[in-house]
Amino acid sequence: MSKILYGYTALFDSPDGIMAAAQKTADDGFTKFDVHTPYPVHGMDKAMKVKPSKLGFVTLFFGLLGGALAMLFMYWTMAVDYPMVIGGKPLFPLPAFGPVTFEVIVLAATLSTVAAMIALFFYLPQNNHPLHDTDYMKNVSSDKYGLCIEAGDPLFDEKKVKTFLDAAGGKNITPIYNPDPVKYPLLQPRFLSVLLVVALSVSGLTYFTLNKLMYMPPFDWMSEQEKLTPQRTYRLFEDGYGMRMPVQGTVARGFMPYPYRDQPVLEEEGLANPLLATEEVLTLGKNKYNTFCSPCHGDHGDGDSRLRGYFPNPPSLHTPRAREWSDGQIYHVLTVGQNVMASYEPYTTREERWAIVHYIRALQRAKNASDADIQLVRSDNNAR
Amino acid sequence: MPDNIEYKKKEIPGSVEKIGWILLGLGVILGAVAFLVDSSRAFFTYLITFMFVLSVAVGALFIVALEYLAGADWSVPFRRIPEFFAGAIPFLALLVIPLLFGFHDLFHWTHTEDVEADKILQGKTPYLNEVFFIIRTVFCIGVWYIFYRLFTRNSRKQDETGDQLLTRKNITLSAIFIPVFAVTITIAAVDWLMTLEPHWFSTIFGIYFFSGSMIATLAAITLTAVLLKEKGYLHPKITNEHFYSLGALMFAFVNFWAYIAFSQYMLIWYADLPETTFWFLQRWEGPMMYISIGLIFVHFVIPYFGLVSLPSKTDPKRLKIMSVWLLFAHGLNLYWLIMPTYFSGKEVPVITWMDFTFPLIAIALFIIIFVIHAKKFNLMPVRDPKLRKGLDFHL
Repeated sequence: MSKILYGYTALFDSPDGIMAAAQKTADDGFTKFDVHTPYPVHGMDKAMKVKPSKLGFVTLFFGLLGGALAMLFMYWTMAVDYPMVIGGKPLFPLPAFGPVTFEVIVLAATLSTVAAMIALFFYLPQNNHPLHDTDYMKNVSSDKYGLCIEAGDPLFDEKKVKTFLDAAGGKNITPIYNPDPVKYPLLQPRFLSVLLVVALSVSGLTYFTLNKLMYMPPFDWMSEQEKLTPQRTYRLFEDGYGMRMPVQGTVARGFMPYPYRDQPVLEEEGLANPLLATEEVLTLGKNKYNTFCSPCHGDHGDGDSRLRGYFPNPPSLHTPRAREWSDGQIYHVLTVGQNVMASYEPYTTREERWAIVHYIRALQRAKNASDADIQLVRSDNNAR
Repeated sequence: MPDNIEYKKKEIPGSVEKIGWILLGLGVILGAVAFLVDSSRAFFTYLITFMFVLSVAVGALFIVALEYLAGADWSVPFRRIPEFFAGAIPFLALLVIPLLFGFHDLFHWTHTEDVEADKILQGKTPYLNEVFFIIRTVFCIGVWYIFYRLFTRNSRKQDETGDQLLTRKNITLSAIFIPVFAVTITIAAVDWLMTLEPHWFSTIFGIYFFSGSMIATLAAITLTAVLLKEKGYLHPKITNEHFYSLGALMFAFVNFWAYIAFSQYMLIWYADLPETTFWFLQRWEGPMMYISIGLIFVHFVIPYFGLVSLPSKTDPKRLKIMSVWLLFAHGLNLYWLIMPTYFSGKEVPVITWMDFTFPLIAIALFIIIFVIHAKKFNLMPVRDPKLRKGLDFHL
């Protein structure tokens, strides 16, 4: 089988030499030729009359595409599919998405540029270049400057190119042939036997792992003792439950049961605030109110919080109805919840809830202050 | 000893200087009228011009130092341009004097009765008092002046003696100057721009001002270089490819400015603290909103697309347009930083004839300083050891 010519190569000794040769080659009308140098030679693009690379447009396109997709993705996840308010910002906060979009633009642009470069320059799926592994390549990657005119050039003619390169001052003028297409010896017994061994060992190991290794008795004799663990049955007790109820008529230390859990609190039931409205108690109540109540009810109990519009609006605490409630009724709502409002028992202690009641009373009084109240505040301020 | 490079000095015609003097006279007269008509507004408008001159003059010195320190070759034939522009530094001491009479109009923190009633301002008095403020201003201008003298003295001496050690000396000087510059430019930005709103603070503000002033400096250098090249005042070996790095640096700083401006905005927006957000809300009131939106386009989007491609960085025509554009953008940026303090709580037109009088002084000043220097000194550091390499620059 005769070899297919790839092109003719020539070596030059100096950067000036290769520059002049490249210029001459371009001037003579050759278009399919390339220059190989051990380091970048400035001005070579101009000498070779290389057109500006189109690679930038790939970068631009994929950069914009990446940015648009990132925006779209964030918009879809954060504003459409699972809307979430973060830090009181709008559902589609453009500035917050800026940095992420920028990073994705950079990533998409970079990766696509490299991929396009490999595809365009190396003619994928080819993974070998005819110039690889030649003496020419060895020379130009150490101390020589090389020029290669490809056979695909419309002006290519073996004899003319040879004399042309010679006249340009090139040395070691050698033809480069395309490598023979490799025949892959697929049916060789050695290859087949290796394939068989690999296939058997992979499938055997997979079978062993999934069916045997996973079901081996674990090393568990410390956790699997004869002892009572929560949520388990236990045969010693009549009802078979491992967990027991407290003995009737007893109360655990530091735990006061709330007797009105499943019933409304009536005014006359005497659920009275055990705390005095001292400054300390009011400060505690204010802190707890601002932490737990204000996100919905607002800083002053007007029901005008920042969640307005994102959640069913809570009522104002200054309605006549709310003001006529007894302390115990407010405490009851804090403890067991009401309508959409959840119970705050897990998050606050009994004293803290009573302190909040005091603070709400203070807010109500401040919002509906009588003349006497105003006099009181005035005289208090004067005293200070 | 490097081989001598042939250099024939071509004198810049006196008419250019005359134009400068006429512009300066016009600017001073109109400026004086402005002060008579509305001194309060004139102080703010004048501050824009003062900061503009400051940013270009000090920025030019920074560019000189940066090029020494980075060992750039391409910039050597251009180095005299920033050196001449840095010649405006001594005039800063003169230009600052009118502002000293406008403290009460410009700076809220000088109102002693307000400071007494304001706990936050009281806490800032150790830094924000008039005596220390003037000390800082004098210190900054003094430091810049000393470095300006040292840099240019060495550079000019080299034109005569050709001593290569002078380059070495200037490199050492640059290494000292750059951190000093970082501190002094931050002081200048914080003092003259940030304390206009004494309650407001932004730790990135110094860099924000620096990024903008670098754009203005590079635009001024590019514009001058292109004009000189067109009229044949530069060495014939300087080609359009030499402009590439100037264009690239402008492009880089356009991006850098946008990055810093966005960082400043995003952090304040995200934290949403009333003590910092009011500054941006001030810039979103009434007609200022259009200027704020316009700034994004004028200062970033349009120059970004104007400078992104390779040909735009080497084509003198496009570089000229872009550098004039960016000089305007820097002026607008300073306007955006300074004027809202004056506008707050007032119903006044956003733009008046006054805004165009004081820039005349800045333009005239740079023309005159450049021409006078160009008369006395070479337009190229003729015996710099890197000059040959710089002239042979190829892309």
